[in-house]
Amino acid sequence: MHFTSHFLHLTKIYRMKKDEVPQDLGSLGKITKEVCYVTDDSGKYTTELSNGWNVKTNALDITWEDIEQKVAAAKAKVLNKEASPILFFMEKNVMNIGILSSYAGFFKWQIKRHLKPEIFNKLSTKKLNKYAEVFNVSVDELKTMNVHAE
Amino acid sequence: MQSNFQHAQAAHCESGVTRNLLKSIGVEQITEPLAFGMGAGLFFVYLPLIKINNGPAIAFRNMPGSIFKRTCNSLGIKVTRKKFSSREEAQKLLDKKLDEGYAVGCQVGVYYLPYFPKEYRFHFNAHNLVVFGKKDGKYIISDPIMEQETYMTPYELERVRFAKGALAPRGQLYFAEKKNIITDDIIRQAIKNGIKKNVFDMLRIPGPVAGVKGIAFTGKKIKNWRNKFGLHKAGLYLAQLVRMQEEIGTGGGGFRYIYAAFLQEAYAYLPVDELMRLSHEFTRAGDLWRTAAVQASGIYKGRLGSQEDFNMMGDYLLDIAEIEKKAFKDLSNINRH
Repeated sequence: MHFTSHFLHLTKIYRMKKDEVPQDLGSLGKITKEVCYVTDDSGKYTTELSNGWNVKTNALDITWEDIEQKVAAAKAKVLNKEASPILFFMEKNVMNIGILSSYAGFFKWQIKRHLKPEIFNKLSTKKLNKYAEVFNVSVDELKTMNVHAE
Repeated sequence: MQSNFQHAQAAHCESGVTRNLLKSIGVEQITEPLAFGMGAGLFFVYLPLIKINNGPAIAFRNMPGSIFKRTCNSLGIKVTRKKFSSREEAQKLLDKKLDEGYAVGCQVGVYYLPYFPKEYRFHFNAHNLVVFGKKDGKYIISDPIMEQETYMTPYELERVRFAKGALAPRGQLYFAEKKNIITDDIIRQAIKNGIKKNVFDMLRIPGPVAGVKGIAFTGKKIKNWRNKFGLHKAGLYLAQLVRMQEEIGTGGGGFRYIYAAFLQEAYAYLPVDELMRLSHEFTRAGDLWRTAAVQASGIYKGRLGSQEDFNMMGDYLLDIAEIEKKAFKDLSNINRH
């Protein structure tokens, strides 16, 4: 059995000491601080509150940038009449057809049909209401993609 | 009837819920790290064929519900757990148990949690919280992630209890029956049971994707991500790894620090010097996970990006796998004491 300690002698190790807990204010830090397990001077474990850490804030940021790109692409498709607004809201709510299907109570094949603009335009108010509730918008907002909240 | 429940914040939702629920039935000794260790919470799995939010399905913790179940079973505490097909029934039983003075644990999805920041709302269904009363028509909620208790309307609570998608909670609730006295002997035995289960989960689960083998497997895969997916997508994959490892609910270092804290606390009940040494090893593993996260962030922020950088990222995981393999092998000998 081999044990290779590849580059570790070259690298700074990111330890969790009580006085070294990162305090980089992130989106969660504005609402609640999070508990981290850290060691004190004697090596004993204790807890410390953290406002966040840039390394993970960045991970979250690029994940949302990717989602926003998908939302923008979906919006363009809807404006181009290549898809119904359901595509836009599905991307905006970080859903896929499977998740949307179980929330809205439609089969996947039905949702695929509803993604077509000509079919969407003929949907009953009852069906539109179901989508609106899942997406937390009004039926009017669902149709126009004009969302005022958030 | 009012329950004796008191809200307290924790690092991880399920070990926090377990600690807080046990306190409410008079079991005071079980801290969050003890609950995490007795519940054999440490894990690693990478399921390459499944996608979550368009990224890799990676987890650093065990299945939802397992910490509460294993910890209570080991302590000889009777647990009731129930899933529902009917929303009305789900609320009825919750209300009934609250009336009887129970604090009730619920598995929920975070997507519609009203008090979570928007940036944290993904379709993640393995979150846990406690409902412990009703006030002005709203439920009083103890979410271990939050510093303070919070509130939800019946509609809001129903929505998160019946979240959809992978690991859908289906209204799942659970509570523990009152228990008189937990002796040090019972705790010692529960610690040994927890270690034994965690050794099994990390060393002996068949197949290449789980436990320490899974960490090494992931390390090898990461070295191919740049060629396979291109820099942008590979960066997103690494970001997902870091989020699973460091996001709210892990206590840092992919739960390795909580586990190290568990071994330190276990020493008070089972004074074997080896436990303190192995606690250091898990701290070392946690440090290395965080160092790897910094390397990953260099890649997804665009500061790094060569094949050599991906090789180094993969090698971190291979090193971690070796450290944790050795540590769990040594832990398997602890139970002889």
